Amino acid sequence: MNSNKNNENIIIEVKNLSKLYGANKVPAYEMMKNGTGKNEVAKKFGVTVAVNDISFEVERGKIFVLIGLSGSGKSTVVRCLNLLQKPTSGEILFEGKSILSFNKSDLLDFRRHKVSMVFQNFGLMSHRNVLENVAYGLEVRGANTTERVGRAMEMIEMVGLKGWEYKNISQLSGGMRQRVGIARALANDPDVLLMDEPFSALDPLVRQDMQFELLSIQRKLNKTVIFITHDINEAFKLGDLVGIMKDGQLIQIDTPEGMSSNPANEYVENFINSADKAQIYTVGHIMQIPSCLINSRDGANNALKQMRIHGVSSAYVIGDRLEFVGVLTLDNAVKVKSGDMNFNDSIIKGLPTTTEDTLISDLMPVAANAKYPIAVIGEGNQLKGIVSKAAVLSSLI
Amino acid sequence: MPEWFIKFPKEINFNIKDIIDNFIDYLIANWGAFFNGIKGFLKGFLNGVGYCIDRIPWWLLIVLVFFLTWKTSKKLGRAFLYSALLFCIGALGLWQLMNTTLTIIVASVIISIIIGFPVGVLVSSSNSLNKIIRPILDFMQTMPSFVYLIPAAMLLGLGNVPAVIATTTYALPPIIRLTSHGIRQVDTEVTEAAMAFGSTKWQALYKVQIPQALPTIMTGLNQTIMMAISMVVTCSMIGTTGLGQEVLISINRLETGRGFSAGISIVIMAIIIDRLTQGIMKDREVSDE
Repeated sequence: MNSNKNNENIIIEVKNLSKLYGANKVPAYEMMKNGTGKNEVAKKFGVTVAVNDISFEVERGKIFVLIGLSGSGKSTVVRCLNLLQKPTSGEILFEGKSILSFNKSDLLDFRRHKVSMVFQNFGLMSHRNVLENVAYGLEVRGANTTERVGRAMEMIEMVGLKGWEYKNISQLSGGMRQRVGIARALANDPDVLLMDEPFSALDPLVRQDMQFELLSIQRKLNKTVIFITHDINEAFKLGDLVGIMKDGQLIQIDTPEGMSSNPANEYVENFINSADKAQIYTVGHIMQIPSCLINSRDGANNALKQMRIHGVSSAYVIGDRLEFVGVLTLDNAVKVKSGDMNFNDSIIKGLPTTTEDTLISDLMPVAANAKYPIAVIGEGNQLKGIVSKAAVLSSLI
Repeated sequence: MPEWFIKFPKEINFNIKDIIDNFIDYLIANWGAFFNGIKGFLKGFLNGVGYCIDRIPWWLLIVLVFFLTWKTSKKLGRAFLYSALLFCIGALGLWQLMNTTLTIIVASVIISIIIGFPVGVLVSSSNSLNKIIRPILDFMQTMPSFVYLIPAAMLLGLGNVPAVIATTTYALPPIIRLTSHGIRQVDTEVTEAAMAFGSTKWQALYKVQIPQALPTIMTGLNQTIMMAISMVVTCSMIGTTGLGQEVLISINRLETGRGFSAGISIVIMAIIIDRLTQGIMKDREVSDE
C-alpha cells in the first residue's frame, strides 16, 4: 500500500481487532491466540468467531469499503467502530485516542459528534416524521428547536427530499427512506459515516442513483466513509480502498485497480470475477485497431481495393492528422465508382464516438443501436481504434 | 393386589394447607397494621375515583361515548348504537350500580398500569429477570380467579377494597407481559440507531423503544381492562357491590330477569370499553401510516 502515508491523516486505526460471541469467549480467545485453529476453538468452547485479528487504517476524507459475503464479520467490524458491539480484544484508535478506554460520557460524546451510522434496513423510527427522524441525533445531544429544525431542513434539502419534511416514514419509498437515513447521519456533522450495507435493500436502479448521490455528497462535505457491502461492483465504484473479508479475516486491502490487477489469492480473484465486468472494464480494454483505414483524399477506387484486401464491407475514413471523419460502406463506394454519387457525400458522418476511458456499461446503450463498430477517439478527434458490438457484448461474459 | 396399587396411599400426605393457613394467620397477627395501612390507602383512592365518576352527569357520559366512538370508528351508526346501549343500562335502573362497578375497574386498572408498566419495562431489559417473572405471570394467569378472593378477603376484609386487590392481581399479567414483549420486539436496527446517535439508555427508552412498542402495550392495556371487568363480577362473592352483586343476588333468589338485566349491563359495558380502547389503538396506527 501507501508507503508514504501521512500519519496525521489517519482518522481511524484498527489493530488486531477480534470479536467472539458466546459464554466462554475469553478462554476461547486465549486459546486461539496461542495458535489453535478457529474451527477447533469454536467447537470446543461453543463460541462464534465473528472477527478474527483484523487491522486496517482509514485516511481522513476517504471512502473505505469492507466487502465480504454474509457472515464474514463485516457488519460486526463496523459495529465495533462505534461500540454498538464491544470487541473481545484489539485496539481501535480514533484520531489517536483509544475508543475502548472511553467512559460513558466520552462514548456518548463520541457518538453524538464524531461518528454516525446508516443502516441496511434504514433503522428509521416510524413514530416520527421525516424531520423528526433527521433531527434525532441533534435532539438527543440537546440542541434547541431552532438549531434542530434549521439543520435538519438543510440536510433534507441536500438529500433531495425538500417538501417531504412532515411526511410519515411509511409514505416514503425505499430509496427515499435511505435518503432520510443519510440525512439523519449527516445532521450531526460527524467526521466519520459508518454505512452498513446501506443500499443492499434497494432495487438496482435506485441503488445506482444513491451511489452517485453518496459520491457527490462525500465530495461536497469531505466526510470519511466506512462502507460495508457484499456487492463488488459497489465496492469498486465507491471505494478509495477496498478490504475484502472472509470468515472474520481481512484477506486483502488495496485500491480497486490494485486489487483487480493483483489479487492476493484465488478467493479474491473469484470475488472479482463475479463482478459485472462492464463496470470495471473500460473501452480501452477491448478496442481494436481498425483493419481498413483510408484517407479522405484517397478516393473510391483505393477504398474498394483496401476493402477487398481486408475482406470487410466498410472502411474508416480519416483525415491527414489521423482525425476521424466517418465511415465509407462498400455499397456507397460502388455507387461512387459508377458515378451515381460524389465521394465526399458517400462518407457517412456524424456517427457516435466514444473515448478510451469510458466504462463499458456506459457504452452499452450506444453500442446496442450502432450500425457500425464505434470509433474510439482521443485528443483532437484522433482515431484510436474501434469497438464492435460483438466485443462489447462478449466482454460481459 | 394391595389397595395402594390402585388408590393413592393416604400415608403420603404433604399438608400445605396448614402451612398456607398458618402463614395467613401470621400475616394477620403480625402485619395487621401494614394491611390496615394498605386498606386505608386503597379506600381513599377508591373513594376518590368513585367521587369523580359519580360527578359525571349521565347524559355527558352518553355524549362522550357517542363522540369517542364516532371519532375513532368514523361510523355514525356505531356511535348511535353504543350510546343507545349505554342509555339502556340507565333505563334498566342499573346506572348507579354500573358506576360502582366502573369505579372498581378504573381504580384497579390505574394501579395495574402504575405497577405493570414499569415492571414490564424492567423485565424487557433483563433476561434473567424475565426468566423469574415469566413463570410467576403464568401462575397468576392460570390460577382460577376466585382463589385470589380468599387471601384478599382474609387480609383486607369484605367489600370493595379487597376487590381492588384481587382484580389488580388478576389483571396485572397482560400489561407486564405485553409491555415487555412490545419493547423486546422493536426492530434491532431502530434500537441500534437510537444508541448509535448517542442516546442515553433512558433517552432510547422513552424517545424510541416505548413509542415503537406502544401498539403492543395498548393491546396489553386492553386485555388488562377486559380481565378487570370479568374479575369485578367474581368479586361479588366477597361482598363487592355493583353489577356483580346484582347477579349474585338473583342467583340466590332465582330471579332470572334481574340476573339477565345485570348480566346484559355488564356485557354492554365490556363491549363499549373494549371497542373504545381498540378504536383508539387503531386510530393511532392509522395515523402512523
